[in-house]
Amino acid sequence: MKQRPAEPKHTLSVLVENKAGVLARIAGLFSARGYNIDSLAVGETEDPSVSRMTIVVQGDERVLEQVEKQLNKLIDVIKLSDYVQTPHLERDLALIKVDADKADRSELLQIVDIFRAKIVDVSADSLIVEATGDEDKIEALIGMLSPFGIRELSRTGIVAMARGGKSLNT
Amino acid sequence: MAKDSAVKKTGAEILVECLEKEGVEYLFGIPGGVNLPFFDKLYDSKIRVILTRHEQGAAHMADGYARATGRVGVCVATSGPGATNLITGLATANMDSIPLVAITGQVRTDVIGSDAFQEADATGCTRPVTKHNYLVKDVRDLGRIMREAFHVASSGRPGPVHVDVPVDIQRAAVEFSYPEKVSIRSYSPTVQGHPLQIKKAVELISQAERPLFYVGGGVVLSGASDLLRQVAEKAQIPVATTLMANGTMPYDHPLYMGVLGMHGKYATNTAMQKCDLMIACGARFDDRVTGNLAKFSPNSKKIHFDIDPANIGKCVQVDVPVVGDLKLVLQDLLDNLPGKDHSAWIGQIREWDREHPFSYDKNGKGPGEFVKPQFVIHKLHELTRGEAIISTGVGQHQMWAMQWYPARSPRHFLTSGGLGTMGYGFPASLGAKLAFPKKDVICIDGDGSFQMTMTEMATAIHEKIKVVVIILNNYYLGMVRQWQELFYKERFSGSCLTTGSGMRTKDNEPDPNSLPYIPDFVKFAEAYGALGLRVTRNEDVEPALKRALAETRPVIIDCVIRPNEKVFPMVPAGAGLDDIIVDMA
Repeated sequence: MKQRPAEPKHTLSVLVENKAGVLARIAGLFSARGYNIDSLAVGETEDPSVSRMTIVVQGDERVLEQVEKQLNKLIDVIKLSDYVQTPHLERDLALIKVDADKADRSELLQIVDIFRAKIVDVSADSLIVEATGDEDKIEALIGMLSPFGIRELSRTGIVAMARGGKSLNT
Repeated sequence: MAKDSAVKKTGAEILVECLEKEGVEYLFGIPGGVNLPFFDKLYDSKIRVILTRHEQGAAHMADGYARATGRVGVCVATSGPGATNLITGLATANMDSIPLVAITGQVRTDVIGSDAFQEADATGCTRPVTKHNYLVKDVRDLGRIMREAFHVASSGRPGPVHVDVPVDIQRAAVEFSYPEKVSIRSYSPTVQGHPLQIKKAVELISQAERPLFYVGGGVVLSGASDLLRQVAEKAQIPVATTLMANGTMPYDHPLYMGVLGMHGKYATNTAMQKCDLMIACGARFDDRVTGNLAKFSPNSKKIHFDIDPANIGKCVQVDVPVVGDLKLVLQDLLDNLPGKDHSAWIGQIREWDREHPFSYDKNGKGPGEFVKPQFVIHKLHELTRGEAIISTGVGQHQMWAMQWYPARSPRHFLTSGGLGTMGYGFPASLGAKLAFPKKDVICIDGDGSFQMTMTEMATAIHEKIKVVVIILNNYYLGMVRQWQELFYKERFSGSCLTTGSGMRTKDNEPDPNSLPYIPDFVKFAEAYGALGLRVTRNEDVEPALKRALAETRPVIIDCVIRPNEKVFPMVPAGAGLDDIIVDMA
């Protein structure tokens, strides 16, 4: 099992102006004030003038209160929500390039199957696995694949959304 | 004449029009390669361009103007080194929440990122030291951005805003009409205090037996000083101020207890520790005020009024937080607070002040002849009745100025409190004097601080801006020397500003007879066409001050003080306010 982090993780969904320099503002705020970002994912929303950032950050309540207040102070931040008390979905997407000679292929296929992942590319001695899920699942899959030899790993970072009909921008 | 909306204007014309519409009187700065279209249009404008000799000076002048008037100060620089030279001034304004708009030229949009001549990522550089910034990439956005820049700078918790305008944007023409309205969907500061929170605050204040107002620069920025006085008078609550709030209460008001913090009064620091209710107004619990947080005012309930929600709970957990503009919040308090009598508590604080007032040895004469720094400021206060506009650098002289020049009114004490920028005082005084030509404007400076921006003497002479600079010259970076004497075994590493041995008396103190100092500030003044006076004895202080105040040219008074002068009282860094050192004895 993965070791439990010392401080709780919070998943923040942040709506920001879709403008140049906004990512630098957010990243700069975290580094200037010494907050730790676990992951950060950005993409356009249903409104092209708005981007949505999902930021996973560690810290106690006081730190999180400051993180949220400081983010809200940025002129380009439109709205944010901490999902720590909200039922929500979290997804991370990983592309994993694994050593795979003929002897290992069937075992690899079984593992990929169990995790409901996909094989999206194959070569003579490797294959690429695409997996989607929450962080625990991705970590577990990586754990299972690493004995075969992971050549390359690329992850999106967590994206999140609250369950139910309500949306962040209303 | 065609309607505004149908007229094509260049970016440079739009910049000038926006500044004129905002009522800008002065623009502080320096032209250069990529802001020339803008400067060319300024040539025909009523806005007075103050040509500074360094961009840092431009930012500090705009800042001094802003602090003295409450309006937005504007400075301008070219790209690259022009922009990077502004940074210290922007950071200074940012820490003290001063409204500035800084306009920089930038290389052409099509060469941005190519390491062009005098190219720097200016918005990247100013991002962490401004409230907000913009890189203008389309001339059609320029009018809106300028409107937003002034709005953001002056609303909510004020601060500096930087607008970076590439030279091709300044030249490009577009149909333009000045945007009458500004709306930013993601920016609407809370100004009205929450009624429930106000009610809780009123309850706590009504119950308190030993309440204390802890007042910071936010009260000045909000223009709420007079309201604060009315609230204090109605509920009979004593007031202590930070460095930034000097002048929020008239210094001779019966409820004004004096200044707080590391070099504040014994009485006010003790009152902070002993009060049962602290009412923080527009203050942010800076470490120079609180000392060791774990030992800070342990038995008090705390109310915190501030425009910036992020200031609340940042350093100290409070019982009743209220987010809002102090002008509105204090009005709510005034309307709802009952009158009360706290004369015993006020008497107690006064008693502490009598036990340990600010003091200095008025007759002290050591080896050689030296001026007492406190005496100089005390005398200045007397001659100007505490009504001059004072600016300072940073260091010992700043603390003496705070202690001995309690101001009568707000916006009369201009000092870099948050960032602690040496060199702030002199250029800031020039900005303030332009705003208030009839007032006495005096920069109390140190020999170290003054040297950081003294190049602006050329600006003062050139633009005929008469200020008086009083240099409390102790031959050292005095505050550094004080810390080295007290905490580093008198090892004065890198803090002496003059050449050693030839300048010493047998008591190892600089010999005033072996002046000139580096530089000779009197000759420095004369080289620029200013008046230079040197004062080495207390009895010469008053005549020199009188002459300086009557003079029409800028004046430097070089006051030679002893290197081992120290600022007391002092709460050592990291200690609690109870551990205040009243004196060396």
